[in-house]
Amino acid sequence: MKVPLVKLAHARSGDKADWVDFGLFAWNEAGYRLLEREVTAERVQAHFAPWLPGDVVCWRLPNILALKLVLKGALQGGGARNLRMDNLGKAMAAALLRMEIEVSPEELAEAVAAPRVGWWPD
Amino acid sequence: MQGNVRIGAGLGFYGDAWEPVAASIERGGVHYIASDHLAELTLAILQKDRQRDPSLGYARDVVPMLMKLWPLMQALSVKFICNAGGLNPAGAGAALRAAFAAKGWKARIAVVTGDDVLPQLGAIAPPHMFNGQAFESVRERMVFANAYVGARPIVSALQQDADIVVTGRVADAALFLAPLVHEFNWKLEDAKTSTELDRLAQGLAVGHLLECSGQGSGGNFGSQQAWKAIPDLAHIGYPIAEVSEDGSALITKAPGTGGRVNFDTVRQQLLYEVHDPAHYASPDVVMDLSAVRLEDLGHDAVRMTGVRGHARPAQLKVVGGFRDGYKAEVTWGFSWPDAHDKALAAVEMVKAQLADKRMAHDELFVEFPGLNSAHGPLAPLPAPEVLAELNEVWVRLVVRTRDKAVADGFGRLFPWMALSGPAYTCGFHGLNNSSELLGIWPALMDRGAVEAALRVEVLQS
Repeated sequence: MKVPLVKLAHARSGDKADWVDFGLFAWNEAGYRLLEREVTAERVQAHFAPWLPGDVVCWRLPNILALKLVLKGALQGGGARNLRMDNLGKAMAAALLRMEIEVSPEELAEAVAAPRVGWWPD
Repeated sequence: MQGNVRIGAGLGFYGDAWEPVAASIERGGVHYIASDHLAELTLAILQKDRQRDPSLGYARDVVPMLMKLWPLMQALSVKFICNAGGLNPAGAGAALRAAFAAKGWKARIAVVTGDDVLPQLGAIAPPHMFNGQAFESVRERMVFANAYVGARPIVSALQQDADIVVTGRVADAALFLAPLVHEFNWKLEDAKTSTELDRLAQGLAVGHLLECSGQGSGGNFGSQQAWKAIPDLAHIGYPIAEVSEDGSALITKAPGTGGRVNFDTVRQQLLYEVHDPAHYASPDVVMDLSAVRLEDLGHDAVRMTGVRGHARPAQLKVVGGFRDGYKAEVTWGFSWPDAHDKALAAVEMVKAQLADKRMAHDELFVEFPGLNSAHGPLAPLPAPEVLAELNEVWVRLVVRTRDKAVADGFGRLFPWMALSGPAYTCGFHGLNNSSELLGIWPALMDRGAVEAALRVEVLQS
């Protein structure tokens, strides 16, 4: 089944010149295994291709259950010349969370049911 | 110093709120505030200020901010380090001294200069660091260029008993690393052993976590529903780091403030604007996050250990800005019925006028705020029958041109359409809304010449 990343992860985007970078964070190890398997540089590039063709680089950080993605050439030369309302790509992390990955119902159930690693208030 | 050093986050950008900084001073037990006023884009904004008035070019909010904070800081012996000098640190220092003198306040204000490398850049002609483009393409249009310098000049200022340090472009995290180097007497340029390099990298990571103010304590934290678990953002506490001599750090915030410091908010910020997480270059050390450990202790406290350091790079990063044409933008609303179709028709009328009047432009960018301006074509439009019945649709048109007259005239293409275009419009905005565009030129240059030119001057108010 297909599931959008927003069900499994949180994310923040940042900018350096005309590159946008994403931190993508699983809530727990079960979720991280799915991100690690399904979220590749090629698939992220394909996800953004209708809008922003450009190379994507991906690094894995199992120690903090995170992926790091860099989307090159995404900001039309940088925030001071980008014509978009979101000139710095602050909302682009949410566009990443729209991306759908392929998981089994059992895998999804496990990732959603497993406790979140972070400490949360009652 | 005996014991740990507590550093509080100041601003995260030019225009950020400083009430949370007051909370960190009053209730956070901090020894230092380090405040990052310069995003990459900020120098472009300051450049426009400086073009209008050569005495400007610095982040002006530093003056009212310190007028508010200084009495609190002085009472508790808190020191303040910032890069609000922007393109004109001397101007910022002079403005601060004058404001303090008018109040009769005594402070030692250190000004760090020397990061401006525009005069040298032409001889070096560095290619674009990301795409390799040749410098010749921008040589005549370059209007500023500043090197990201490291912690050393700030350490020097602190050694001279500065109460306030004002710099221009420094590596953001160096604002936080410097007081740690100063207090713990860490080796900096000559750090060689893994112990020495690792603690510099820990200090850099602390700076990285704190340099974006509320983003380190639950601000701008996202995913579906998750943001709701961050309490009282209206009264967010900016992050505070309690750092030990060995570099290990506890990230927390002032008691009684909003926001949240936990595993999730801290790790989201830890990767922010990092590219290769194993090689994050700064002027002072290369940070390696591949073995970082974040231990959530609960109650807004996260312990960070395991950041590794590698020897500092031979070159410094430079960011330049070059004139890159003009833009003009217009936003305009259309109401039901047929709001979306009418907005599309208005766009076609604008295109026809640009052609009729031969207004040369490189791009006409169109987006629909409320429908797709955040995510472009990745945002699914409503089903046709929903789209057809929308209460209102806004359209934003932006022209990019090398001809200033075209940008200045763009807004004038619109007013007549209020009476002679599609019906039921409102909220036209942008009749006189043209501005110059600046392209960003990231590059590398050898550090020797830059560092030889760095100066620290202490002003006494």
